[in-house]
Amino acid sequence: MDLIGDAGPAREALLTMWTIRRFEEAVDDLFARGLMHGTMHLSIGQEAVPVGACLALSEGDYITSTHRGHGHCIARGARLDEMMAELLAKETGYCRGRGGSMHIADVATGNLGANGIVAGGVPIAAGAGLAVRMRGGQEVVVSFFGDGAVNEGAWHEGVNLAAIWDLPVVFVCENNHYGMSMSVSRAFRVKQLSERATAYGIPGVTVDGNDPQAVHDAVADAVARARAGEGPTLVEATTYRWKGHSKSDKNLYRTREEIEQWRERDPIARFEQRVANTLGEQEIQACRNEARERVRAAIRAANAAPDASADSLTEAVYAK
Amino acid sequence: MTAAAEQTRTLTYAEAVREALAQAMTADERVFLLGEDVGTYGGAFGVTGDLVHRFGEERIRDTPISELGIVGAAVGAALAGMRPVVEIQFSDFTAQAMDQIVNQAAKIHFMLGGAATVPMVLRAPTGSGTGAAAQHSQSLEAWFAHVPGLKVVMPATPADAKTLLLAAIDDPNPVIVLEHKLLYKQSGPVPEAATPARLGEAAVRRTGADLTIVATGVMVSRALEAAEQLAADGIDVSVIDPRTLKPLDAQPIVDDVIRTGRALLVQEAPKTAGFMAEIAATIGESPAFGHLRAPIARLCGLDVPIPYAPQLERAAVPQAGDIVRAATDLVRRW
Repeated sequence: MDLIGDAGPAREALLTMWTIRRFEEAVDDLFARGLMHGTMHLSIGQEAVPVGACLALSEGDYITSTHRGHGHCIARGARLDEMMAELLAKETGYCRGRGGSMHIADVATGNLGANGIVAGGVPIAAGAGLAVRMRGGQEVVVSFFGDGAVNEGAWHEGVNLAAIWDLPVVFVCENNHYGMSMSVSRAFRVKQLSERATAYGIPGVTVDGNDPQAVHDAVADAVARARAGEGPTLVEATTYRWKGHSKSDKNLYRTREEIEQWRERDPIARFEQRVANTLGEQEIQACRNEARERVRAAIRAANAAPDASADSLTEAVYAK
Repeated sequence: MTAAAEQTRTLTYAEAVREALAQAMTADERVFLLGEDVGTYGGAFGVTGDLVHRFGEERIRDTPISELGIVGAAVGAALAGMRPVVEIQFSDFTAQAMDQIVNQAAKIHFMLGGAATVPMVLRAPTGSGTGAAAQHSQSLEAWFAHVPGLKVVMPATPADAKTLLLAAIDDPNPVIVLEHKLLYKQSGPVPEAATPARLGEAAVRRTGADLTIVATGVMVSRALEAAEQLAADGIDVSVIDPRTLKPLDAQPIVDDVIRTGRALLVQEAPKTAGFMAEIAATIGESPAFGHLRAPIARLCGLDVPIPYAPQLERAAVPQAGDIVRAATDLVRRW
């Protein structure tokens, strides 16, 4: 898929990246103003990864997500009003106020869930791939995780199972350079995390995670391999989170200069330059406006919705 | 009960489990097994036996030694529409998989506001008595019973091993089935039909006038053995097996204690914060409290890891003689 020269995909990619950006800026603002509860993990600066990856998927495909999962959820087509309602503790939220930011899932779009446990979704993705295989289906599972996940046992066990069983899973590492405060240079010896693929006998590739086209191309290749029964691939997308790990982060472990350097590589600004000829300034502005309006409408709808009710709190502990 | 459900044969506990697995897989193609050495090897305790020859390697799926990965794969497969049954070779190894059991399987239905379910079963051989020592002999049921979102089953007879496992496979929630290793070779009547039991239904194994004994797992047969000896001494006891710790069927226990006025609670697991503390509290909070003629007594494993030497291992957990002594003391003293 040509996201640069083809107006349809270009517009979709730009609109979705702006929607993720505006959604998370709104969340940041609501939280700062004391209107949103709990904690949240923002992916501002990383928008190209979910957008590029999810454009390589078809209806019926699955994803598993992370605690930094708003982008994956939106890129996979979740409803913004239900997402915002969940974050604002409303009954109409995706999880009826039980999940919050870290546990949003949208089963309708194949999103098997964000996850508060680093690497927790990796073996789950392998299992979803196993289900697809056993049913003889053609669906593919994309498992998103961060650089912090690759040193957890769950990651190794999940990737190995997918590898030995040739499961249709694409492992997408969003290497944003920090596992909370632990930098990638302190957390592992390999130069690139994609080298880890060698240990599992699967292909590994590193791409510019601030370039949606590069992410898309790598994930699309991996999806094609997976659909052809050739097993999993590890795609490492290098990117950066502009904001802190969560709301309590004082950024003591990195410099303003470093953050500023990465802000200059803003995936959205760069993408706008690359699609300037394809879309034109007017269309680009229209995408920005549409993203803003969609997020505003979601906040309005969520604010108007009833608060999550404790009356049924104990009901969904067990399925009937 | 229908005539078909009454048709029984004598099977071992292990054969009963295998029959339940085979019947469930025949009835529903979504059901499959995964675990370490469950294929050609036949399972560490021989439970899966020849199933791989009957159902093939896709559905009787050998895994590498990756407990967390295995349970995680089961969670994912369940979310994506399958009905996985995991065997964890020794229940002790669930510690390796605890994130997937506790943080994923148990929570997903709730965290998602009911939008998804995790219909999976985790079977694990449990308990002491085989000389396997501290890392292969634990009774960890209280860990699981404490977690909202999990169901916990402890079958004590071959019939229950079959019918409760069928119920666990039918259930839309994650269910932990703790099979006692010492029971695998025990025989008993097992229904031929693939009729599941109901989770949350205790079994009154014996009814007596003087004392209510509540026991789980292998302690059920020890309590029944003790009951025979006690009867010879003129002490008439009830033996109640909760069968599922969660959901717990407390009413038969409460009703029986109201009748007998005494309760002796027997578990293999260490005493502190064990499941029988929950039963004691349940009795204490119930109308049975006013009928108690004696303090509620617990007879539990010692608060020690399970040792290797056979005489030490026997000393670490209740034996039938210990139950006789504790029951006699309770009845004679009060």
